Amino acid sequence: MDLKYTPEEEAFRARVRALFEAELPADIRDRMRLGKRVRKEDLVRWQRILNAHGWGAVMWPACFGGTGWNVIQQHIFEEERADIGAPPQNAFSLKMLAPVLMTFANSAQQEYFLPRIIAGEDWWCQGYSEPGSGSDLASLRTSAVRHGDHYLVNGQKTWNTWGQHADWIFCLVRTGTEGRPQQGISFLLIDMKSPGITLKPITMLDGEHEINEIWFDNVRVPAQNLVGDENKGWTYAKFLLTHERTNNAGIGSCKRALKTLKQIAAEQVSHGRPLIEDPRFRDRIAQVELELMALEITNLRVLSATASESRALGPEVSVLKIKGSEIQQTLAELQMQALGPDALPYLREALEMDWVADPSFAEHYRPYAPPLSGQYFNLRKTTIYAGSTEIQKNIISQLILGL
Amino acid sequence: MDFNYSNEQLALQDTLQRFIARDYGFERRRELARSPLGFSAAAWAQYADLGVLSLPFPEEFGGLGGNAVDIMLVMELVGRGLLLEPFLSTIVMCGGLIRDAASETLKRTMLPRIGAGEIKLALACYEAAGRYELSWVACTAVCSTGGWRLSGRKTVVLDAPSADYFLVSARTGGAAADAQGISLFLVGREAAGVTPFAYPTQSGGRAADLRLDDVAVDASALIGLPGEGLAIVERAVDRGIAALCAEAVGIIAALNEATLNYLKNRKQFGVPIGNFQALQHRMADMFIGAEQARSMAVIAAVSADSDDAAERRRAVSGAKAYIGQAARFVGQQAVQMHGAMGVVDDFIVSHYFKRLTMISSSLGDSDFHLARFSDTPMT
Repeated sequence: MDLKYTPEEEAFRARVRALFEAELPADIRDRMRLGKRVRKEDLVRWQRILNAHGWGAVMWPACFGGTGWNVIQQHIFEEERADIGAPPQNAFSLKMLAPVLMTFANSAQQEYFLPRIIAGEDWWCQGYSEPGSGSDLASLRTSAVRHGDHYLVNGQKTWNTWGQHADWIFCLVRTGTEGRPQQGISFLLIDMKSPGITLKPITMLDGEHEINEIWFDNVRVPAQNLVGDENKGWTYAKFLLTHERTNNAGIGSCKRALKTLKQIAAEQVSHGRPLIEDPRFRDRIAQVELELMALEITNLRVLSATASESRALGPEVSVLKIKGSEIQQTLAELQMQALGPDALPYLREALEMDWVADPSFAEHYRPYAPPLSGQYFNLRKTTIYAGSTEIQKNIISQLILGL
Repeated sequence: MDFNYSNEQLALQDTLQRFIARDYGFERRRELARSPLGFSAAAWAQYADLGVLSLPFPEEFGGLGGNAVDIMLVMELVGRGLLLEPFLSTIVMCGGLIRDAASETLKRTMLPRIGAGEIKLALACYEAAGRYELSWVACTAVCSTGGWRLSGRKTVVLDAPSADYFLVSARTGGAAADAQGISLFLVGREAAGVTPFAYPTQSGGRAADLRLDDVAVDASALIGLPGEGLAIVERAVDRGIAALCAEAVGIIAALNEATLNYLKNRKQFGVPIGNFQALQHRMADMFIGAEQARSMAVIAAVSADSDDAAERRRAVSGAKAYIGQAARFVGQQAVQMHGAMGVVDDFIVSHYFKRLTMISSSLGDSDFHLARFSDTPMT
């Protein structure tokens, strides 16, 4: 047992940091640090910069163009990424779809799609949930009927994240109605430019457009866009969800958020003193810090064990997903609470970089303040998406504990 | 002990409930929140007609002589309907303050007009460096010929953008954190040197920062004795806290109804999700939370009129701390159990959740009031 990084790992961290310092564009870094509205072009630009240095997919094996790094290296990369304020990469493309393609797709699909993902050419979104199929995902009804060399897709997806920016969507569709609902599901790749696709924005509680409803009306999809076997999509879907949930732990981002929280608490003033000197508030910070310390090691223990035993990720990622989402929420809540009455103003325009606060208002309303209440509201989603906390607990109690 | 509302109170409750159902639906409320004014001027006039705006004022000033329990009843419906009108600021806090502490002349000139819906007021009692501490007053008032001159800043003044007058705490003696030396002034919105910076709030309301640059007011603008203003402001804010507690209780009840309804109707895995025991127990906890919160709101209401500052403080701070925690639990779980439906703008649940969250950050959060409660000796 040794929780210290080796000299090699420390040297690796320095190399990662140095590249970020040199290559992360200042405007992107500023927007990220101040919690301004996220822009697709920032993420694409960053993806292309990373790719130019051979770091476009640090979680991929080398044979597919990834770095082939081990879990500790990936962890260091993600920690430094969040700490410096670089944008996250598109998880739908790189961390969710890509593992499915590498494991289940044919070589033509792999050769076409994977390089386009790593190069930042294609932006992927996810077509899983439907109005009647949330926690009970397997009950989904969007249908794909085979007609010769193509499928005709009809139905509706919802809670789709960032589809307004997407070139492609990976969809779970129903191709069979025999047997259990899980048995008739297929995994289909659909070009978002296909005729018959309609996207309708959903405004979230923070007032932002992040999610969509998507309708499919007789959308023609070439049969070659089927991944793996017809009616085996549930296996691929679950495989993908396991990867999504690992990613949800978000240790690097949480560490960054904790650091920010401490900075905010040091700057906010209560009765003429820094808020961080208030023992009540300090204890709240300490409590979430302990949760995060534990989760960082739990996360690495799970990932290392999986890697050393050369097995696929299993139901234990539900532990990571539950704890990671709760920690994110708590950090956002404390950041908002630290603002005190300054949590109240709702300034939509303040989420743009060119916003300048009225000088007297800016005396107490700090540059970090505008996004914090909205972030607290928005992050309630984390215990709902990718399988709610309740579903994760079912997985733990059934698949791990055998209850 | 008697836990029942009187017939008059029940009649008022019924009238307001019907008004909300008829004129204050979710869509209408969203339009109002986005409008420049941020609330309904027509609704304000209707409240005046119904006597709601004169509810807590003595009959000799055109009021109905109501008490804090009447206010509780109204505020619970303000919560349920997510009403945006400045009832808390104008009637409960400022109206109450004038009734309790102003001169006979001022009461005679202002209370009937407030009750008639003709003028609105906002309480400017917080400053950035004090956070939720009312005694932190750096804003100054200097005696000058025939009156006072005020300078300083007041932050996040609720309902300030629509107010005709501000009640401003300013220092006439002592240092920023002293309890003594605070005085209270009535300042017209048009007074030279008053600059509001207005903004909407996260829950659809309006607020503003106020800058006061050498603002001249008459000697008659002083409310109460010079240097003795803190007790007056504290009392007004305590009433406000009791009212916010009632508003939160109204929202908690509404969220529980919405959630229970969702549990019974939303089907997954072939059954209503309310069939799952994990959710049943959670819903039971939310129900318990609502009952306990209601009890605390009642304690706050019956003590809000008390002249005993220590008793009042324990009651309202205890209630605010407790209800803040209950509101957090119910709000978060109502969103959670609605799934993605809980985090969209198109559905009322997220609006209730946001309002509960902002109530928690207004007039002192749970941590602040827990400290105030435990620091106040039992009498």
